[in-house]
Amino acid sequence: MSADGHLPNDRFSQVGRHPAPQKRYDLVVVGAGEAGVKAATEAAAAGRSVLLVDEHPLDPGLIGLDVPYLFGGRATAAVQTPSRLMEHVFAARPALEAAVEAGVELELGVSCWGLYVNGPNLQTLASPVIGLADLDRAWMVGFDAAVIATGARDLVLGFPGWDQPGVVGARGFAALTDLYDAFAGRRVVILGTGELALATAETARARGIEVVALVEALATAQGDPARLAALGAPVLLQTVPVKATGGIDGVEQLTLRSLADGSEQTLACDTVVMALGLVPQIELLDAAGAKIVRQADRGGFVPQVAADGQTSLTGVKALGEVTGVDGADTAYGLAWMQALMAATPGDTMICQCEDVTRADLLDLRPPRYLGEPSTQMRRQSLARLAEDGPVNQDQIKRLTRACMGPCQARRCREQTAMAMAIGTDTALGAIPLAGYRAPVRPLPLKVIGETAESPDLTNNWDVWFGIPDQWIPYAAIGTDEEPDHWAYIAANKYL
Amino acid sequence: MTGSETPRGASVVVIGGGVTGLSAAWWLAREGVDVLVLDKGIVGWEASGRNGGGCSHYQSPLFAEEQRLWPMMDELLGYPTEHQSHKIIFGINQKQVDYYKYIAATIRGHGHRVDDLTGDDIRRLVPLAGPNALGGLYAHTGGQANPQRTVQAYAWALQDHGGRILQHTPVIGFERIGGAVTGVVTTRGVIGCDHVLVAAGPQGGQLMSLLDVDMPMAPARAEMVVTEPCEIMPLRAVDGNGLYGRQTARGNLAYGGGPHEWIDEVEPDGPKARPTTPLVRNLAARVAGLFPKAAHLRVIRSWAGVIETTPDGRPILDRLKDPGNVTVATMSGVGFGLSPASGHALRDLIIDGTCSFADISKLGLDRFAGLEPDWRQRKGWFTEASKEFNDHAALAG
Ligand SMILES: Cc1cc2nc3c(=O)[nH]c(=O)nc-3n(C[C@H](O)[C@H](O)[C@H](O)COP(=O)(O)OP(=O)(O)OC[C@H]3O[C@@H](n4cnc5c(N)ncnc54)[C@H](O)[C@@H]3O)c2cc1C
Repeated sequence: MSADGHLPNDRFSQVGRHPAPQKRYDLVVVGAGEAGVKAATEAAAAGRSVLLVDEHPLDPGLIGLDVPYLFGGRATAAVQTPSRLMEHVFAARPALEAAVEAGVELELGVSCWGLYVNGPNLQTLASPVIGLADLDRAWMVGFDAAVIATGARDLVLGFPGWDQPGVVGARGFAALTDLYDAFAGRRVVILGTGELALATAETARARGIEVVALVEALATAQGDPARLAALGAPVLLQTVPVKATGGIDGVEQLTLRSLADGSEQTLACDTVVMALGLVPQIELLDAAGAKIVRQADRGGFVPQVAADGQTSLTGVKALGEVTGVDGADTAYGLAWMQALMAATPGDTMICQCEDVTRADLLDLRPPRYLGEPSTQMRRQSLARLAEDGPVNQDQIKRLTRACMGPCQARRCREQTAMAMAIGTDTALGAIPLAGYRAPVRPLPLKVIGETAESPDLTNNWDVWFGIPDQWIPYAAIGTDEEPDHWAYIAANKYL
Repeated sequence: MTGSETPRGASVVVIGGGVTGLSAAWWLAREGVDVLVLDKGIVGWEASGRNGGGCSHYQSPLFAEEQRLWPMMDELLGYPTEHQSHKIIFGINQKQVDYYKYIAATIRGHGHRVDDLTGDDIRRLVPLAGPNALGGLYAHTGGQANPQRTVQAYAWALQDHGGRILQHTPVIGFERIGGAVTGVVTTRGVIGCDHVLVAAGPQGGQLMSLLDVDMPMAPARAEMVVTEPCEIMPLRAVDGNGLYGRQTARGNLAYGGGPHEWIDEVEPDGPKARPTTPLVRNLAARVAGLFPKAAHLRVIRSWAGVIETTPDGRPILDRLKDPGNVTVATMSGVGFGLSPASGHALRDLIIDGTCSFADISKLGLDRFAGLEPDWRQRKGWFTEASKEFNDHAALAG
């Protein structure tokens, strides 16, 4: 017992090992969209110290990985130099100027990759912190209150050929056009006819990009008929894409099939924009352990929030689209997925990073690098596993590797859940959320790594728990040799 | 099998579908024993699906059996485990290199070949190593496997042999007549049994207390990080620099090490959460230190698992005297690699009353008789909620 009457903690535990952040703010806001800027500006105007971060302009490496949106390889070379896009981003969001004037400290080109607060089974943080990073380094910032206003990303559904440049998401398209002015396409086909598709088409029009057609798997157009008509572009109902083909620069044409009569047509285009739905970007909140609920008509999984945005995490609010997107009905996406699965073959890619097809997923086929499956393995399938209990996406992920890649499942998370639901005749809402993990942005070891390991940590670092008894050779236990082993291990093991 | 119906009984009921319980059940099922595994959730969801995959426990009495079995496991199970034998451990400073020499000597003591490696050897064998590689060992034994694939392999293999698995079925009590357990009480009703194996990880102690048996253990949370894939190294079982872990068959680097956090008590229905912490930054730096040529790889995940530890950190594998038809297992941090062998040992304890292939007498529960009730406090194996944080929460709240 120490002099102050406290029992000493295990020196190899995390107690006291999470350093206090160098900087602290009354409020940290993640995401400089409408909701985030408003919250930041109000707090600053009320005299609080406020940090507002936004990851745009993005690390070009993330754009290549389709993080956070499906950019689909249709960015111009301009995105390779994010510093030159800084002004574009600032100009595209006029409210930022007022925020800065109100005293908000603004950091653009800074991503937030982790949110850490104490909670069940984590009691060792000295204060709540978020992890931030730019292109070169990562750092931690403390906060009293945080607002997560990370918005929504694209719902991505695969069809043959979607895994080549030129297939982009509505949010990816909007970022490249509005935020960066760096969209590389000229002729787009838009999948979907709802509000998102309309907005996409109108943006394209306004920028002189040709809208070749809007494609709808369902029998009726979803969006405002007047605005649809005003576009003057063909709206193809009961139709799905069955193949995108092209060359080394990606898509050059898209083949469509009518679900009514099976007829096919091929349209020349350089880009296919998926405008089939949006998914709230809850990853920071889910990884931090916030309570997540499902709202089928607002994009699926969302944090549970009070009227003022308070989440289940102390001091952390969620505002804006991250709390749900009006009109983002998951049933619409599911209907599309059903149509795509019926019309296109099982060898359609579902997870690009890990090279997993829909058939692989439904057969629970182990990855190809493990060679031909054994006879026993060939008898297994997702449907058979479902007999053992409700299917769980995290379990399927471990077996097939679908959703395990560097895009952190942004391209495949939702379509994998949908394929699982369809393949096992389970309600989509019954498939549990595949958990998000920090860092919620893929960051190089040399960027996220804390190179200045503290001497305290170095001196108390063990590969496992730092219990010498555990490593004493069995034969020596209870013999004269045991104390020598113990002493050697205790003196030398901590590396 | 979820079955709307609850089975009425089985000859051996295994509580816990982690690697330990599944392996034991597989050993029993292959001999035609009527075995039923119960898990509160999904098989392998806890530590068994969240570990480093290391398979070289040279300190254990089960080491020889661990090494004998692993190279055969894919064939025996009929499903891939991604096992790869042999192992390199190397250091980037003299202290590490010296300690790895001690490990080398211990493994040689078992009669296995271990080569010493110079920095140049390491750079030749480990493409991701850099100029800082100082020295280490190459063991012609040990190695690694994929925990998640292995867990499912055991589960499927035991089902192929006629064993049964009931998921989402927590055990909440026991029925006893005289000196024997006659059934386990679950949320779906009572399931009769001739013998019960308790292999419930961090919940094992709580379950045993229902049988008035003291099985001391302390749960803790431990963390790992994983990068995007890169080119496959000739030998993927490589660690060092104070880390454990492996390159996966896909090419990801998955490593853990460093401080853990003690948890007061795990809820009977499972840990409420398994959060990671900013330790991800220290782990990332250590991985980049071990593999300077991988420093550009992106970290794509981190995760934590909850693991129980006995007061001496060693496993408990024991068949009780009272009740006489209960066998207990906790692997205390080394259970993945040892699972082929621990399952064999448990099969022996259950069927024959004694382990046929190794002396495991020092892993009995009776070694903790007379343990001080406050042993965790004495060892410092506890976590007080950080005062600073609570003050803060009061402010923000
Ligand atoms: C981060 C980390 C890294 C590790 N690295 C390694 C390594 O490299 N090599 C190695 O060998 N080991 C390693 N380990 C340790 C290894 O994972 C464990 O020793 C091993 O998985 C223990 O398996 P188990 O089956 O005994 O327990 P568990 O995996 O904990 O399984 C117990 C099961 O019992 C179930 N259960 C609990 N209570 C009940 C109840 N009342 N009713 C029904 N079911 C119940 C649980 O749901 C669980 O599935 C590591 C562990 C962690 C966390």
